[in-house]
Amino acid sequence: METGNLISAEEFCINHKIEISFISSLQEFGLVEVTTVKETSYIDADQLQKLEKILRLYYDLDINIEGIEAITHLLNRVNDMQDEIITLKNKLSLYEDNGV
Amino acid sequence: MEFVDYYKILGIKKDASVEDIKKAYRKLARKYHPDLNPNNKEANKQFQQINEANEVLSDPESRKKFDKYGKDWKHGEEYEKAQQSQRQSSGQRGREQSFGGSQGGDDFSDFFGSMFGGQSGGGRGGRQAKFRGQDFNAEVQLNLIDAYQTHQQTLSVNGKNIRITIPAGIENGQTIKIGGHGGPGVNGGPAGDLFISFSITNNTKFKREGDNLYSTVDLDLFTAVLGGEITIDTLSGKVKLKVPPETQNGTKVKLKGKGFPVYKKEGQFGDLLITYSIKIPTNLTEKQKELFLELSQS
Repeated sequence: METGNLISAEEFCINHKIEISFISSLQEFGLVEVTTVKETSYIDADQLQKLEKILRLYYDLDINIEGIEAITHLLNRVNDMQDEIITLKNKLSLYEDNGV
Repeated sequence: MEFVDYYKILGIKKDASVEDIKKAYRKLARKYHPDLNPNNKEANKQFQQINEANEVLSDPESRKKFDKYGKDWKHGEEYEKAQQSQRQSSGQRGREQSFGGSQGGDDFSDFFGSMFGGQSGGGRGGRQAKFRGQDFNAEVQLNLIDAYQTHQQTLSVNGKNIRITIPAGIENGQTIKIGGHGGPGVNGGPAGDLFISFSITNNTKFKREGDNLYSTVDLDLFTAVLGGEITIDTLSGKVKLKVPPETQNGTKVKLKGKGFPVYKKEGQFGDLLITYSIKIPTNLTEKQKELFLELSQS
């Protein structure tokens, strides 16, 4: 399997000075996807930003993994709602332009 | 610059303990952290202030200076040193005095100015604190016609020119993130992101709703009654349209694929929905009036 877009989980942990068990916990909670190739764990580069955000929430803000799971879910909802607000605002402006 | 009371920002008393400061910071950071407040400029601004207050008050030296000099805390000590050195008449002339050097508050201020994204308060094995760079926000004004086609535009953000590709079909109010084009990180921290929000003004006769376009087309009475062919404008050019006989006022016609491009889906377009507005002839001649009368009685 190609590992071009994958980053070794161990390397990531060394760079961020965190325990590899932390990544395993995140995987258990479904917060990150870990790919195993020849018994080595890898993280997809696309997930890096998300993972770094989780690290900030966990280490900088002292939020536990259960809290991060709930926050991630709520932030996704906030994003969806923000998109919906934009669509509705644009729709509303159509009616306002028509003087209705 | 307005004086910022760091105690007030953190909502603590002047005699607050280190633990109180930490607790107050954590509580406020959880509320205003940019990761928890995406696209919220106000929260980002507040978080910067909280961060700055925490950095100053949790460092005993800086806190002492802040308590002593108040708003001038960054320069207070240097001022005192300068006063002292002026009083001394010893042979120090050969050595240059340095104000605002490595110990100076200016460095400190710059440090805070570029800081963003949370402090890694010793949680990761006592490593040196890394700070993510500040997120930048920019607004780009586009015409509807510009948003119809994918095009490149050069933006000037904080003195740097950034060339971005704006995909066709971008929505009014939509924000796109350009990763790593925000402020630089501190101590090897990642750079912030650039958030560009688009404000699209519509100077065309088309109304846009998502990927669909709407327009009203005037139709003369005779074409509406007898049918015929008309030419209408679309954003991709003129289109000939057959009008069936006895077309009613307000009839809607859908032109598939003649609407707005679908965002990031090349070759896909919404529809153009036109509504016929039948115009009653005016300034009729006597002859025409007679004909209409005849028609009404037939």
